[in-house]
Amino acid sequence: MTPTTTSYQQPSARGYYGEFGGAFIPEMLYPNVEELRTRYLDILADPGFQAELQLLLRDYVGRPTPLFEAKRLSARYGTRIFLKREDLCHTGAHKINNTVGQILLAQRLGKKRIIAETGAGQHGVATATVCALMGLPCVVYMGAVDMERQAPNVARMRLLGAEVRRAESGSQTLKDATNEAIRDWIANPVDTHYIIGSVVGPHPYPDLVARLQAVISEEMRAQLLEKTGTELPDYVVACVGGGSNAAGAFYHFLDEPSVRLIAVEAAGHGVDSGHSAATSVLGTPGIIHGSRTLLMQDEHGQITEPYSLSAGLDYPGIGPLHAHLGASGRAEFIAITDDEALAAVSELSRLEGIIPALETAHALAALGQLGAGPDDVVVVNLSGRGDKDLETYLKNMDKLL
Amino acid sequence: MNNRLHQAFASKQNLLNMYFTAGYPSLHDTLPLAKSLVEAGADILEIGMPFSDPLADGPVIQHSSAVALANGMNLPVLFEQLRELRAAVPETPVLLMGYLNPVLQFGMEKFLQKAAEVGVDGLILPDLPLDEYDEQYHALFQQYGLKAVFLITPQTSEERIRRLDALSDAFLYLVSGPGTTGGTTLPDLQAQEQYFGRIAGMNLKTPRLIGFGIADKAGFDRACSHAEGAIIGSALIRALEDAEDAPATAGRFVRGIKS
Repeated sequence: MTPTTTSYQQPSARGYYGEFGGAFIPEMLYPNVEELRTRYLDILADPGFQAELQLLLRDYVGRPTPLFEAKRLSARYGTRIFLKREDLCHTGAHKINNTVGQILLAQRLGKKRIIAETGAGQHGVATATVCALMGLPCVVYMGAVDMERQAPNVARMRLLGAEVRRAESGSQTLKDATNEAIRDWIANPVDTHYIIGSVVGPHPYPDLVARLQAVISEEMRAQLLEKTGTELPDYVVACVGGGSNAAGAFYHFLDEPSVRLIAVEAAGHGVDSGHSAATSVLGTPGIIHGSRTLLMQDEHGQITEPYSLSAGLDYPGIGPLHAHLGASGRAEFIAITDDEALAAVSELSRLEGIIPALETAHALAALGQLGAGPDDVVVVNLSGRGDKDLETYLKNMDKLL
Repeated sequence: MNNRLHQAFASKQNLLNMYFTAGYPSLHDTLPLAKSLVEAGADILEIGMPFSDPLADGPVIQHSSAVALANGMNLPVLFEQLRELRAAVPETPVLLMGYLNPVLQFGMEKFLQKAAEVGVDGLILPDLPLDEYDEQYHALFQQYGLKAVFLITPQTSEERIRRLDALSDAFLYLVSGPGTTGGTTLPDLQAQEQYFGRIAGMNLKTPRLIGFGIADKAGFDRACSHAEGAIIGSALIRALEDAEDAPATAGRFVRGIKS
């Protein structure tokens, strides 16, 4: 529908990756989104911004995160596996890479109030954290169901001074929290910045968030060179809900065709079970949260409710970059069920002494399906740690042990 | 190209545009509600095509949309109802309001063709980007004789208002202030007066209706002092929530505004 992109990294001027992207927003959001669109690239490129960002990423977030060679896991799968330890970031997941960048951006836009949506709570915590750091008021929208599933993260956000507002509409999960955050932005069009947590939403958000998460693959390249003698692995594996950790892990490999990019979605009870969040299989092109992408919908264009045991993956769409990577064949998509993910939680915990987040466990569970050989280098983006999921793990102990 | 909308703006003052959600409170209320609203004095009907994720709408229209979908409302059903509706209220302009995704799944051209065929006069698709409308759909809208209604907010720049004015062939929908539909917080009257005055002073070619947060006669009269009329939606839906006789309630509501 609009000009295609030449590089996988860079969307077109109107924010299209191939046929996906754009900014399908009501007029009420137009001035905010337009302000962001016209200014984000200049702000990101500004040396003062970069200096402040790099300092915070190092001293506050704890970057660079290690690239750990998981030898027992490697032996189990007969290939060479590295884990990119985003779980060691401050607040326990990759989400803070984006929120640190966006809070500095918000300051330069003169915004005085921050809103965010959250699914698993990790993005909400990461947003509440940077708001505390910068002394800005913070409102986080979270689905009522997710507030139950991820109670520890609700407590963390409140401890950090954020107000957590329940999204009671629809499935009461991430989609609905995002709707409520967008409605808040409509009601507060001047002083508020919306820190969206994934590579979703209207242009320029998918590109903005991808650029802020790209630090993950930038570090991977340097670390791989040091550990393996080459910057390019054979596989990069990451889970995809909206797709921010995958976008960050893939970013600097997007235009390296020798690197196989593996995006792992949540199959829930199984792709054909009617209880799934595997958007690349079940989705068709449509518009969600201001972006034309693949989404789960019925024949009349009503958005359907996704399901995954993992609160970070049950989003009915995927970012437009990922929709394009799938449609063009640049990335391969694998769907992993709840039970397979739980088995992977157990496996990584026992083989490597690392308890992963349930979202991340979906990526780990795909290791057996790669067909990687003994000389192959596989990098799994270990996007988050499992502390927030302990209650879910306790309830499913029979599947873990 | 003339249609019922142009006639309404040319022949009447203080136009009352009544919004209601198709298929709410029950699936087959669309037609009796329309008849009752028109008999009581509504000048334009704006019929909401329910969507699962109505981003620009507040809780009242979110709820009516969810109920309508649960009742089985969808575009094929709505077009059948609109055919009867047009026969029942032959003179009244009818607008369809809704979000883009269901329209795209139906197929834009097929949608426009159907809408024209059943006697729809204009469309409000708030999340259809202006550039995409201009480049891809404007000619198609014209081909089917359908008028596009654009929204303006207090934050819309003068340059953009001029562009919307130039592109519009119906009316401009002045969103009264920040927020989604059906807002219950009191507006900043001074800021609102200034905004309405600024728009009135721009000498736009397109007439204006004011909407969002207008709930009663006082609000309607005030809007009419700044524009050609007003749009009321959530306040009617709220009145219908517990109504035993929805059409009668709707008629009383409109008479209360127009008295």
